[in-house]
Amino acid sequence: MNKRLLALLSVLVIASMALAACGTPAATEAPATDATEAPATDATEAPASVESMGVLKIVSSLPMTGSSLTQTQTIVNAMQLRLEQVDYKVCGGSYDIEYEAWDDASAALGQWDPAVETENANKAAADPSIIAYLGTFNSGAAKLSIPILNQAGPLAMISPANTNPGLTKADKDLPGVTDSYYPTGVRSYARVVAADDIQGKVAANFVKSLGATTVYILDDQQLYGKGVADVFEATAAEIGLTVVGHEGIDPKAADYKALMTKISTSNNGAAPDAIYVGMVVDSNAAQLLKDKVAILGDNETVKFVGPDGIQTQAFIDGAGADAAAGAYASVAGVPFAELPATGQQFVADYEAKYGPLTEPYSVYGYETMSVAIRAIEDVCAAGGDPTDRAAINSAVFAIQNFDGALGNWSFDANGDTSLTDMTFYVVKDGAYEAVGTFK
Amino acid sequence: MENAKKKFNWRRLGISAIVLYIVFLIGPIAGLDIPAIVETVKANPIQLVQYLIIGISNGAIIAIIALGYTMVYGIIELINFAHGDVYMIGVFTSLTVLSLTGTLESKDPTKIVLGLVLALIVSIVVCAVLNASIERLAYKRLRNAPRLAPLISAIGMSFIIENIGLIWAAQAWLVPSFGTTGGASQKVFPDMLGILFTSLGWNVNLLATSGLPLRFTIKDLLVIILAVALMVGLYLFVQRTRLGKAMRATAQNRDAAKMLGIDIDWVITATFLIGGGLAGAAGLMAGLYNGTAWWFMGFRAGLQSFTAAVLGGIGNITGAMLGGFLIGLLASFSDGYLNARWTNAWVFATLVLILLFRPSGLLGENTGQKA
Repeated sequence: MNKRLLALLSVLVIASMALAACGTPAATEAPATDATEAPATDATEAPASVESMGVLKIVSSLPMTGSSLTQTQTIVNAMQLRLEQVDYKVCGGSYDIEYEAWDDASAALGQWDPAVETENANKAAADPSIIAYLGTFNSGAAKLSIPILNQAGPLAMISPANTNPGLTKADKDLPGVTDSYYPTGVRSYARVVAADDIQGKVAANFVKSLGATTVYILDDQQLYGKGVADVFEATAAEIGLTVVGHEGIDPKAADYKALMTKISTSNNGAAPDAIYVGMVVDSNAAQLLKDKVAILGDNETVKFVGPDGIQTQAFIDGAGADAAAGAYASVAGVPFAELPATGQQFVADYEAKYGPLTEPYSVYGYETMSVAIRAIEDVCAAGGDPTDRAAINSAVFAIQNFDGALGNWSFDANGDTSLTDMTFYVVKDGAYEAVGTFK
Repeated sequence: MENAKKKFNWRRLGISAIVLYIVFLIGPIAGLDIPAIVETVKANPIQLVQYLIIGISNGAIIAIIALGYTMVYGIIELINFAHGDVYMIGVFTSLTVLSLTGTLESKDPTKIVLGLVLALIVSIVVCAVLNASIERLAYKRLRNAPRLAPLISAIGMSFIIENIGLIWAAQAWLVPSFGTTGGASQKVFPDMLGILFTSLGWNVNLLATSGLPLRFTIKDLLVIILAVALMVGLYLFVQRTRLGKAMRATAQNRDAAKMLGIDIDWVITATFLIGGGLAGAAGLMAGLYNGTAWWFMGFRAGLQSFTAAVLGGIGNITGAMLGGFLIGLLASFSDGYLNARWTNAWVFATLVLILLFRPSGLLGENTGQKA
């Protein structure tokens, strides 16, 4: 009997694993590299030419179970595209690059999971062949892995998407917090996207420019969502936009009808002119918009504005083209049509291989991989050892006047980009359309 | 005896201290500002009615799912963690039926009504069969195993079904509105009742003519009517029919029931069939009411329904209904008058308090109704 029980349980476990594998994106299963086993390469290395010196491993850690997959899949595709362009080789062919797309989300949470992200960071720290950690997508996840990777070499961490300002800059309300992320005192985290101290400020000005005088702020209580909402609130006070209320929501609730009913009379018995949401699409943003439209009316009557976390087709699919029509979202950078030549080329290459591209973060994924490759090349060019994590990290921070897909930019000492453009998009006929770029 | 009395008083004191701590120390942090709430209610009493409507409609859906938990627990004392996910499959089944029958694009009232009825039937059948298959596959062999084994098996089934939902939501050939963004994101469940009412030229808001600033839509009405009808039907079934009697007998003592010639396996299968069918009906209702299909939606719904079942007294059918409505109302009032951030805290704090004062749940003593 016990054996049969055991057999049944193992069948179930195997079945659930198999199904889980089906559910996760194809890219995680296909690192798209011939060097599948590092030991094998070591074995063939001895008799081979002096030039072949081994494998450098780059990993990305992004949420690939949950609504954010729509965005993260394009980031992973873009990273692979960048590697294919160099044929997975760097330093004149002396090193092969191996890339793995790790998932930092879990099915149990349906979005990024603190336990999985911490495990990913520890796993990367422990594998000496890994020389760059690309990620994370969510600022809350970055906060956990930065200190771990900082003490592992430091292992350079480059994010395509984290926008919480506190990750790199000292917060005037919480001084010293940023320093605790970097126990070794050396900065090891850089990002190619502009932070929310810019995004929140530009968003408040944008909402005012739409003719709104009162706004209700909602956030998902995460580091990113609450962070951008707080910057929005602070800026609103400065520019004379009345904040009627600021509340955190339960990101897993079945509906928000009661909350929207409260908001409908929050502005002295009337509805506010606009609602600003600081959240990612995983935090039930589509449901929030649906209930907002049902109770408060369409997005013309009460404006609905959000940050880059909801600038994804998944948000429109979830809310429906009718409910989503007229909703605004901002993303750092310029629209695809205004990217420099390298960026245009990337979009063309991407579409040739994977089909139509609308997700703005894809180009940030491409840029992140470009930065990693550039850092490795720089170390090689200076005669250094590209397997030395600290050397790679310094090379990342040394990048100046980088001519990438996003334009010509530099990292500052904090690891922040010099690009500060912010583009607003509006939902029209079931897709996001650029309305203008602001600074 | 005196000793026992003294002990009892200590316990009461401890519990009272916990209650006072929650209400007066944690309460204000969580938005429990009683004078301000009284002011808000005074300023806009109509809104209170609106929160009641929202709470009861949401509670109705929770209550129906809770029935499935409570019936299964009553019979085999297992918390069927996959139950919330069966409900999620109900949402996807009904959406797929509506899509394949062309109801989603239709503006013809007769076609919409027929499509909805068909979706309800198919969803009930699919979920009933799914739930009974889960029992056969994952629980039946573990019936005499330690209690932890079927519980773990239930969690495993829950993950499997969630992954089925994840794959299902990526099948745009079944439902075109799933789009190309993959199965992980939320999908739209079109508001068929709103379309139906508009096509008939009626106002979706049933209270529009009253002139009051209230929304009581056809969706609210239908959800409540369907929920009450299903609950009354289930209650009568368990109380009046032969199979219902057999279920109650099995719940009281499985071995004795077996000795009296009751086919235990069939009774348990029937319980899972009914529970699954209810989840299927709840799936269509929730889809129409909230407008969302999402592979993850079963998790939270399951958690809330489980809480409702425990709150009402697990194993008790009337208790599950009561618990469902109470949780719906509590969540609605907390969103409305307290702070949305703390809604879950209030829901679960109430559960803790009820369990402290009445560990068997609100209606838990009345074991005669256990099904």
